[in-house]
Amino acid sequence: MINYRDAVEIINRDRKDAVCVTTMTQTRYWYAVSERPELDIGISNGMSKASSLALGVAIGAPDRRVIVLDGDGSLLMNLGSLVTIAGQKPGNLYHFVFDNGMYAVTGGQPLPNPKVDYPAMALAAGYAHARTFSDAEELASDLPGVFGRPGPALVHIAVTPEPAAAGVDQTWESNRKMPAQLRAAQSALQAR
Amino acid sequence: MITGILNPARVVEQLVKQRVTHMVTLPDSETRHMYDRLIAEPTIHVIPVSREGEAIPVAAGLWIAGQRPVISIQNAGLFESGDALRGLAIGIDLPLVMFIGYRGYTRHGDTPDSAARILEPYLHLWGVDYFTVESDADLDRVPMAFERAERRSQPVAVLIGTEYAKE
Repeated sequence: MINYRDAVEIINRDRKDAVCVTTMTQTRYWYAVSERPELDIGISNGMSKASSLALGVAIGAPDRRVIVLDGDGSLLMNLGSLVTIAGQKPGNLYHFVFDNGMYAVTGGQPLPNPKVDYPAMALAAGYAHARTFSDAEELASDLPGVFGRPGPALVHIAVTPEPAAAGVDQTWESNRKMPAQLRAAQSALQAR
Repeated sequence: MITGILNPARVVEQLVKQRVTHMVTLPDSETRHMYDRLIAEPTIHVIPVSREGEAIPVAAGLWIAGQRPVISIQNAGLFESGDALRGLAIGIDLPLVMFIGYRGYTRHGDTPDSAARILEPYLHLWGVDYFTVESDADLDRVPMAFERAERRSQPVAVLIGTEYAKE
């Protein structure tokens, strides 16, 4: 398994000028490493919708790579988005699913089924490619190749569970910041 | 009784005038002729979703990317979209026009369809402004909806109170 910190550091190394949509535990770790906050979109007020919002950005800004750092519990609440994304065939969308098998932010309760083959589901839905990583060195060496192929791609990362480590940034404060944050991302995209 | 018809071509003309770039939709029985007309319009890209709850976040993403989307879903789908409406439309001050199929609508208000009975109280509860369109004669309400959404920086609904006519 890969720990959250290593995973986001590796992804950040290959980020370049990608928009990065994050949700739940991934947001907290991503914000600790991101060097392009103007291109970060933390979904703190809509669990499960990160993949759908990222699809909208990917369609609307087709010359910009869009990364979404989703969670397994979040994706389970919006599984149809795999089909919607595949139907649109956004070559610039890279859908990471951090799989810890649990609802970490609420204390580590298990998912309805913690053993789900997300890459197989993505491929069945029509994603261009999908694979699992459970080793940090392999992720670091192979991620440029993943980004080098057109999406939509699903990158399944088996992460070390950290139940309720420090909570998620799902507060009044983060929700209050969202309108300004999204407008900052909108300005950054339009300034390109 | 509703007089007149709602012609999909007239509605699409309104969308083109408003510089709409994308229609995010899950088709319903009231809007099927509208769907046929939309996919023939080259300036508006139709994005089908698997469930209505995806429509608002997809539209939010398009808006962040500088596009000008609308959504089209049925009233039952709007109820299904409740948390997205709360968090990713109202909660982010999204100026989004939502075309909502008003299943069960009757002008006199007496309807056995709970999807119709609940719709307007639901929108009032959420503080979402709306305009009802029953025929081509009401289409001046479409630009009003866009103006209201922009001015309030909030979602605004256009309730489609009749089935679009077949062209």
